[in-house]
Amino acid sequence: MRRLRPVNRKARQIDDHIAATQGDIVGLQQGGPQPRPHIPMGCSLVFMPGWEVDAAGGTAGLCQPVERDLYDCYVTCFWPAQVPDHLNNYPDWTAKCATATKDWRNIDLVFP
Amino acid sequence: MTPLAPLEAHTFEAAGEPFAYLPSGAVFQLPRSAQLALDLLREGALDQQELLEGLIARGISAGEAEETVEEMRGARLIGGEDAAPAMEEQPVTPFPLQTLVLNLTNQCNLSCQYCYEFGEDRVATPEGKPKFMDWETAQASVDYLFVQAAGRRAVSITFFGGETLMNFRLLERVVEYAKVRAAEGGQYVDFSLTTNGTLLTPEIIEFLANENIGVTVSLDGPPELNDKLRVFANGRGSYGVIAPKVRALLARHTTRPIAARVTLTAEVTDVLGIFKHLKHDLGFTEVGFAPVTTSSNRLYSIGPQGLDRVLEQFRFLAEEYRDHALRNETHGFSNVSDTLTEIHQGVNKSHPCGAGLGLVGIGPSGDIAPCHRFVDSDAHALGHVSTGIDTARQADFLHRGHINRKYDCHTCFARPLCAGGCHHEAFVRYGDTGHPNLHYCDWIRDWTALCLRIYGEIAARNPAFLNHF
Repeated sequence: MRRLRPVNRKARQIDDHIAATQGDIVGLQQGGPQPRPHIPMGCSLVFMPGWEVDAAGGTAGLCQPVERDLYDCYVTCFWPAQVPDHLNNYPDWTAKCATATKDWRNIDLVFP
Repeated sequence: MTPLAPLEAHTFEAAGEPFAYLPSGAVFQLPRSAQLALDLLREGALDQQELLEGLIARGISAGEAEETVEEMRGARLIGGEDAAPAMEEQPVTPFPLQTLVLNLTNQCNLSCQYCYEFGEDRVATPEGKPKFMDWETAQASVDYLFVQAAGRRAVSITFFGGETLMNFRLLERVVEYAKVRAAEGGQYVDFSLTTNGTLLTPEIIEFLANENIGVTVSLDGPPELNDKLRVFANGRGSYGVIAPKVRALLARHTTRPIAARVTLTAEVTDVLGIFKHLKHDLGFTEVGFAPVTTSSNRLYSIGPQGLDRVLEQFRFLAEEYRDHALRNETHGFSNVSDTLTEIHQGVNKSHPCGAGLGLVGIGPSGDIAPCHRFVDSDAHALGHVSTGIDTARQADFLHRGHINRKYDCHTCFARPLCAGGCHHEAFVRYGDTGHPNLHYCDWIRDWTALCLRIYGEIAARNPAFLNHF
């Protein structure tokens, strides 16, 4: 809260509750107040292919192939069981992709 | 858009700052923008856009206005028809036991006229029951506690009476046994007792100090006040016997704060004099006061004027307490520290206390009662240590005492703390443990308002002190 001051413990619990229910959903970014304006991770601005959609609201017109959405999951282990997973089954999936912004075309589709 | 209106809140000022105390138990300090919003909505319901425009027209920036209104809605200071209704929150079941009050005996060597166990308003029916708890019952009670308290890291055993120390040998055995039981389960067990102090001996004091047992002494002040009602069976006052023993206790037992517990009656309302004597002349760490529990027609019952006198003196002590707190010193007026603790936690009680829930009293016969005040009363027994608690009776007791059932309380700002007041007092006054204690509502509200102000002043001027709670 920036305006009301929570004084006792219950007030602080309510503050936490409000923050938890009203704040943006922010992957991999926990604790502390969220900076504004907020740029979600995975936005194409930072070249983390992942959560963006095209102008029509789908994925067909994206500037990158949709399978590249998996890249972010793969690198950061964001999903609990992403496919491809780099721990067990596809340790070399990004072996030919030294720099994502340049080499993203070298990442192949995966058919488990 | 749904019109917004102020929701229920007790607003107050402390140290020149505005605060709000909410039915949730939360305390917020309000910025000017929030006060303006409340003022605007008190003039008439507005929708969110109108409220924002009203705030902006009064010089609040658009961003601040929006944040203020959103936060006030979240805190439930304001809301529309869509504001979620209060939830009925029944206690978690099963609710693990935390505190066992063992009435080691129902016998006492004093004959205080106002005693709720023996006096005119007693609920106990001890006829034909054991006068002293035996070892088998005590052992079964401790076993019962540890079975029922599964999952708790710490449990408490409080020894009570009658006069607790009339069965000191049993107390010693229980302490020894409970420590073993606690160690087996990796739990911690805390002990405390209440006594009238007349039977303290050097040996007992040594034991209490060595075992780190919390002690509360029932005592009503200097001799001229204490001896009005706290007398032996022959009418002789008890102060002369108690005072030297209490001094010896306070000199030796320094591991825990030793408290005096004062019962206020019609002729014993000199709170300031009593506090001064017990705190400074005798040296108690803490002194707490409670008006006698009685039906209103007893001669020793405190009338409304007496209670006003008491509140006036409580106010004086509470302000002394605040001054001590601002200097980071302890004061010892436990009525204030107990209330501040609950305010700081932000409690919002479904029941006035843990009786029949996290706490039970066990009488010498092994009967389980909601608390020590109902021990030995057939009408209120909830079960027996050998067979456990009768869940239907327990549910009935808890249902009666639930705040949702006390309609008179539903518009009172003090209900998160009071929840209708003592079950036992309600039974003595109204014949129903679930009846709100309407005879002291005004008093409780004044007291709560006073403690909120003291809390706000400490929060504004020395917030670090609140870490004690």
